[in-house]
Amino acid sequence: MTGGRSHWGAGMAGLLAWRNLAHDRSRFVVTLVGIIFAVVLIAMQMGLFLGFSDSTTTIINHTRADFWIVGKGSQNFEVTLPISERELYLARSVPGVAQAEALLVQFMLWKKPDGGNESIILLGSDLNTGLAGPWHIVEGRLEDLRRPDAVMTDRVYMDKLGVGRVGTQVEINNRRALLVGVTQGIRSFTTSPWVFASYRSAQHLSGFADDKTNYVIGRLRPDADPTQVRDALARILPRTDVYLSADFAARTRDYWMFTTGAGASVLMSAVLGLLVGVVIVAQVLYATTVDHLPEFGTLRAMGAPRAFIYKVILSQAVISATLGGLPGIAVSLMIAKGSEFSAAAILVPPRWTVVLYVITLVMCILASVASIRKAMSIDPAMVFQR
Amino acid sequence: MSAPALETRGLSMVYGTGDTAVRALDAVDFQASAGEILALMGPSGSGKTTLLMLLGCLLHPTAGAVWVEGQPLAGLSNHELAQLRLRRMGFIFQSYNLFPALTAAENIQVALELKGRDLGEAAELLDRVGLRGRLRNYPRQLSGGEKQRVAIARALAGDPPILLADEPTAALDSVTGRTVVKLLADLAHEQGRAVVVVTHDPRVGELADRVVRIEDGRIGL
Ligand SMILES: Nc1ncnc2c1ncn2[C@@H]1O[C@H](COP(=O)(O)OP(=O)(O)O)[C@@H](O)[C@H]1O
Ligand SMILES: [Mg+2]
Repeated sequence: MTGGRSHWGAGMAGLLAWRNLAHDRSRFVVTLVGIIFAVVLIAMQMGLFLGFSDSTTTIINHTRADFWIVGKGSQNFEVTLPISERELYLARSVPGVAQAEALLVQFMLWKKPDGGNESIILLGSDLNTGLAGPWHIVEGRLEDLRRPDAVMTDRVYMDKLGVGRVGTQVEINNRRALLVGVTQGIRSFTTSPWVFASYRSAQHLSGFADDKTNYVIGRLRPDADPTQVRDALARILPRTDVYLSADFAARTRDYWMFTTGAGASVLMSAVLGLLVGVVIVAQVLYATTVDHLPEFGTLRAMGAPRAFIYKVILSQAVISATLGGLPGIAVSLMIAKGSEFSAAAILVPPRWTVVLYVITLVMCILASVASIRKAMSIDPAMVFQR
Repeated sequence: MSAPALETRGLSMVYGTGDTAVRALDAVDFQASAGEILALMGPSGSGKTTLLMLLGCLLHPTAGAVWVEGQPLAGLSNHELAQLRLRRMGFIFQSYNLFPALTAAENIQVALELKGRDLGEAAELLDRVGLRGRLRNYPRQLSGGEKQRVAIARALAGDPPILLADEPTAALDSVTGRTVVKLLADLAHEQGRAVVVVTHDPRVGELADRVVRIEDGRIGL
């Protein structure tokens, strides 16, 4: 303790900061609880935003298609203008296209076994290629969807759809269907759950015209240049919009998150969480500084440079951010984990924990600006006047 | 002959302006030399603290000038004045002004770090004020006299040639106060420092080499 040049990187300023915080234990606890609260608040809003954002494109991201062809002027993934089956054959003829298939996506009414209706989105896909269709099946097998009018939905929505278990008879669009399997974690961004079926079943259940479809999706040859093929497809299919998968996902996400304003409001809550955090932390850090004002006066009377005072107060901020931020992040991860099987996912991906820590740090440093101004405003002569 | 450690000429200080202006010091000529302990005595409100703060570069005078080891303070920036305090002066306060959350050794180490000295010197400094073995004690675990001696050890960090003390014995009983003043006198006599002690305690005057009396902001004789 007495041998070295300093205790650690932050030296005596860091030690003074730490001891001043730890000195008033009850206030320090309040500070940490405030920071934890703010971090969890921010993480939840951010996690909801990410969860929302992720769920808008969950089907697109889990579909192994390289391109998406949709009726010209379609605004979002869930509601599209039908296109002719002819477009599928034309697409297959374009050089660079390895395979192409139709995908059916339709809002339908689902009648619960014990009465009452729910809106669903029925997705019919080619089971042979496996480009699209359900994933993460926890009950039943994909093969079961080959049975006529067989469907699967997600565990999250079983209550909402009034089905307790696999094997239940239901009605979709007034036609009988059979629940043959259950997925886990496939959430819909809209209030209507996803229901998966084979293309043929979906066509039958929806009564969609045989020569029409919603989407043509497909894969490119490995040696094909994606933008060139996209442009060739667009030329040959003038009544459609052609997107590469990443662009289609981005477009869909932007539509839901920003064009509709749904994402903006969640983002706004996250910013509010940050502001509340700054205010809480600023209050407690400021109170700590005011308590120790005579000590800052003593330091300045001794001739301590401004940098030393900054270092004390910023160290307080960094220590508080770390000791409050890390448990806050841990709590957020636990809540996120707990939300895995609920209808609204709160996503806190591992790399976002770093972002959260940086946000906490910035929040605490912003919060100490008022403290620094206060500490620098005192006249060192005050230490003689009492 | 070398310059006095501290010197003032025609030093005046007026607080405030207009009707509420208070003339705290009036044309004060003053000198303190290395190796002497000087008591600045006078009734309450006579201007002792004001003079001490002017000597300690903590206030700008209304008129007159201050020299520290021959260097005029006029024209120095606040940053330069802070540097001067840090390098050449040690301060001792009536209420000790220790950092309550730091141990005795750490209190001294703050000053050592500010002055760019080895933190290991803290033990030696505590030894010099007779507090060997109290390294790890917090201020609340020390008596008033011990706290003041830690404060003196802190003021001695970096070996400043000038020590300025404002009523260092006011909060102490007379026996303890006497040992503290004896310690300050030793620091002047044995180590050649200039020590200025503001006090209204007549017993401090007895131990000082010289007493400067101040009344209504004027130096008496
Ligand atoms: N910051 C200030 N503002 C206005 N008046 C002051 C201030 N500091 C001291 N004074 C006045 O200056 C005079 C001298 O004060 P001071 O130097 O503290 O005397 P002492 O230390 O001898 O008691 C007193 O009348 C006091 O009221
Ligand atoms: Mg005084």
